[in-house]
Amino acid sequence: MSATAVAATTRKDWASDQEVRWCPGCGDYSILAAVQMLLPELGVRRENTVFLSGIGCAARFPYYMSTYGMHSIHGRAPAIATGLATTRPDLDVWVVTGDGDALSIGGNHLIHALRRNVRMTILMFNNQIYGLTKGQYSPTSEVAKVTKSTPFGSLDTPFNPVSLALGAEASFVARTHDMDRQHMQETFRRAHEHEGAAFVEVYQNCNVFNDGAFEKITGREARSSMLVPLVHGEPIRFGKDLDKGVVQRPDGRLEVVDVADVGEDALVVHDEEREDPGLAFALSRLSRGPYEPTPIGVFRAVRRPEYGASMAEQLADAQERRGVGDLKALLRSGATWTVA
Amino acid sequence: MTTTEEQRTDEHQNAQRQLSRVVVRFAGDSGDGMQLTGDRFTASSALFGNDLSTFPDFPAEIRAPSGTLAGVSAFQVQIADADVTTPGDAPNVLVAMNPAALKANVGILEKGATLVVNVDAFDERSLAKAGYESNPLSDGSLAGFTVYEVPMTSLTQEVCKDAGVKPRDAERSKNFFALGLVSWLYTRPVEPTVDWIEKRFADKPLVLEANARAFRAGYHFGETAELFEATYEVGPAQFPPGEYTQISGNQALAWGLIAASKLSGLPLFLGSYPITPASDILHELSRRKEFGVRTFQAEDEIAGIGSAIGAAFGGALGVTTTSGPGVDLKSEAIGLAVNLELPLVVVDVQRGGPSTGLPTKAEQADLLHAMYGRHGEAPVPIVAAKTPSHCFDAAIEAVRIAVKYRTPVILLSDAYLANGAEPWRLPDVDLLEPIDPGFAAAANHLDPDGTPVFWPYLRDPETLARPWAPPGIPGLEHRVGGLEKADGSGNVSYDPANHERMVRLRAAKVDGIVRDVPSVEVDDETGDAELLVLGWGSTFGAIVAAVRRVRARGHRVAHAHLVHLHPFPGNLGEVLARYRLVLVPEMNLGQLSRLVRAEYLVDARSLSKVQGVPFRAREIEAAIEAELGGLA
Repeated sequence: MSATAVAATTRKDWASDQEVRWCPGCGDYSILAAVQMLLPELGVRRENTVFLSGIGCAARFPYYMSTYGMHSIHGRAPAIATGLATTRPDLDVWVVTGDGDALSIGGNHLIHALRRNVRMTILMFNNQIYGLTKGQYSPTSEVAKVTKSTPFGSLDTPFNPVSLALGAEASFVARTHDMDRQHMQETFRRAHEHEGAAFVEVYQNCNVFNDGAFEKITGREARSSMLVPLVHGEPIRFGKDLDKGVVQRPDGRLEVVDVADVGEDALVVHDEEREDPGLAFALSRLSRGPYEPTPIGVFRAVRRPEYGASMAEQLADAQERRGVGDLKALLRSGATWTVA
Repeated sequence: MTTTEEQRTDEHQNAQRQLSRVVVRFAGDSGDGMQLTGDRFTASSALFGNDLSTFPDFPAEIRAPSGTLAGVSAFQVQIADADVTTPGDAPNVLVAMNPAALKANVGILEKGATLVVNVDAFDERSLAKAGYESNPLSDGSLAGFTVYEVPMTSLTQEVCKDAGVKPRDAERSKNFFALGLVSWLYTRPVEPTVDWIEKRFADKPLVLEANARAFRAGYHFGETAELFEATYEVGPAQFPPGEYTQISGNQALAWGLIAASKLSGLPLFLGSYPITPASDILHELSRRKEFGVRTFQAEDEIAGIGSAIGAAFGGALGVTTTSGPGVDLKSEAIGLAVNLELPLVVVDVQRGGPSTGLPTKAEQADLLHAMYGRHGEAPVPIVAAKTPSHCFDAAIEAVRIAVKYRTPVILLSDAYLANGAEPWRLPDVDLLEPIDPGFAAAANHLDPDGTPVFWPYLRDPETLARPWAPPGIPGLEHRVGGLEKADGSGNVSYDPANHERMVRLRAAKVDGIVRDVPSVEVDDETGDAELLVLGWGSTFGAIVAAVRRVRARGHRVAHAHLVHLHPFPGNLGEVLARYRLVLVPEMNLGQLSRLVRAEYLVDARSLSKVQGVPFRAREIEAAIEAELGGLA
């Protein structure tokens, strides 16, 4: 075995010895399994892999991985990941977060990590509820949501996480859901391959405080007619017999139509590499909530300079032009005088 | 002007008088370039060999309404032929560029001080803006001063006319006229400033020309106008042999961090959000990329410290810099670092509070926040710099403690140290002690079945520090976090007894740093003083000056100055017990005095000043005299 070859691992190698403490039936279990099953396929090393999180149910994730990890403070994981990823380009940095952690208290860090394009893979478990604090509405909860903190219904317009990420100049934006391990793994694999900040929204069922939030679109029966798979270079079609499709109206709006009515050539061909995020944004608005046909897959994957690499380049440039920093010279960089 | 020196000897009719020290204050509008003027006067004095101490004093607004009191920006410097420790209590000379500058500063001048005013700016409108009902230059209100009225604006415009500089642009060079005039008055060397102008404005030939002409015009005006009856010379001071440079606190602090990075071999990462008066540390470090310094201008204060914690987790030297409300915002993350037990340096350049407070003014009111400003039992070591150049040593000391004990350290500076400057004898960097990161390299514990495992919270029995194991080493994979951890294994634990054990261990670890804290030295000349002045931070200079004056009158007084505020030096209790009275001057309502009273049960008396401006030596002097009077 050469020094650089990675020893083959199995799912078990990526699981820590800590007991998993999510509620029985929680969607987080299947996401954890998808990640632990994917990692052996990626040819990466445990010692070079770091899972970072903030606070919330999702944020317990690092404890269950046998990698390096940090369970930090509420909302701050993208900021902590920025410091780690920019100083340690040799590491695989994953951020596991939830809709409250990423979009409420940590909203600022998320959007800035995305716009800077710092190399990190962000998995945002969206269950549209606060779980760990026992059932208050979240920034992705639908309007009029009745919860412990909103007995008369919530007033806030929810965030659409994919729209938000696209608006934050994210170079990679995808969506998947906890009922489809294969789709999750494929999406996570793509996110992990991405050179920069990758944002993945994972629809995740909280069976205790918001059970069935995505049932209308991710339920076994509903899936084929309600999930709109995005495939790069392919016309956007879905439905049991691929009878539905997406067209763009002259005013720019996207609309779901019967393919039979418009013909296949009229369908929008998905282009995740399109520089202009406008179409991806329109796709993110195709459904008003998890009860209408909803796109899943990779919305956007474009190449942009990675922040840490650019930072390293500036250091290398400076060292080439000025030589490696000399402390004695630094102390004498201003005017000096000698007293005999 | 190569003939300047000859002209001086050939034509100069005025008397030249020797002074041992002088305090000059430049004051003008925020846009008048007073900071630059003061800085250049300081630089040429430093090169001349004077000892000096500066006090830039400016408003938070970048351009407050021109001509108003709120917009006055000032720069005070004391230059001397002997050791000085403060920028001076009362200026001997005030350069006032407009009526507002005069009005804002005339009250603090020494009796009989010299006023050099830009008479062009004393028109009716400007007088009204400054709130003068009559012109102080003619109404007799300045009778106690020696006033020189110099038409600085018009002379500057005149001299720039044939250089192709428009009068409006030329007007902006009038600060160089003032600089030239004061340089002549105090026989400062001309060349350093001319060289500096040529370098600084090399890419703006017209500005260069205007500034150079204005500077020379000011200088020659002094010589030829026969307005001034004398020039003054402040001879070089006696310094210990060595190589010197002029340094401000923020610059010294940045350089100290770079030095600590070199000494430890840890790459420096600064996560910071711009905030006055700490931003210059970010600026300085951003320029030093050849040292492998990564600077990250974060989206907010929290991301600043968060990114530094991430960098520390990865094995870098993580630092964050801030001030005022930024410290509040970082509190939660400091608590995280306490729990993670990772090395981290939090630099707090204190300013006036609460809230936005006085962004450009100095205060020492964050001591108790540094000490206690977190929820839970979250002890953090505290180091405080005492002079601008000492910021260099204090930064290295903070890093040394952080790395050895795997803990966040709060390094306190303040606005006065940050912007103030003094001559600094350059240390021999080869003699600085290296800092060993002591990274974990292998498993440190055996499972019951004999398997070697890594326990991230298995402590060093002496220092109680936990192993630092940045990602990358197989077999050392581990998880850390903000939840309470089991002693040793570091796994999440809700066990009541374990929690208390961990709380006590974290406290004992920080208390144990005392083994590395040097004993506090007491300056007690005769050894039989009954009054001890105990200080910390930037009050150092004023206390030293005050103590000297009191002693010069034959009284006995001792001075001790703390650099380590947590833990205190091991001998502090014994030192305090030796004195009948302990006086603690602080720019707060008595924070250190409260700490030493609680810790050592001594009757420490607080001398408070919370005005955003440093103590004047005479204020401390008066307080010492009063206390001595009480003892007698």
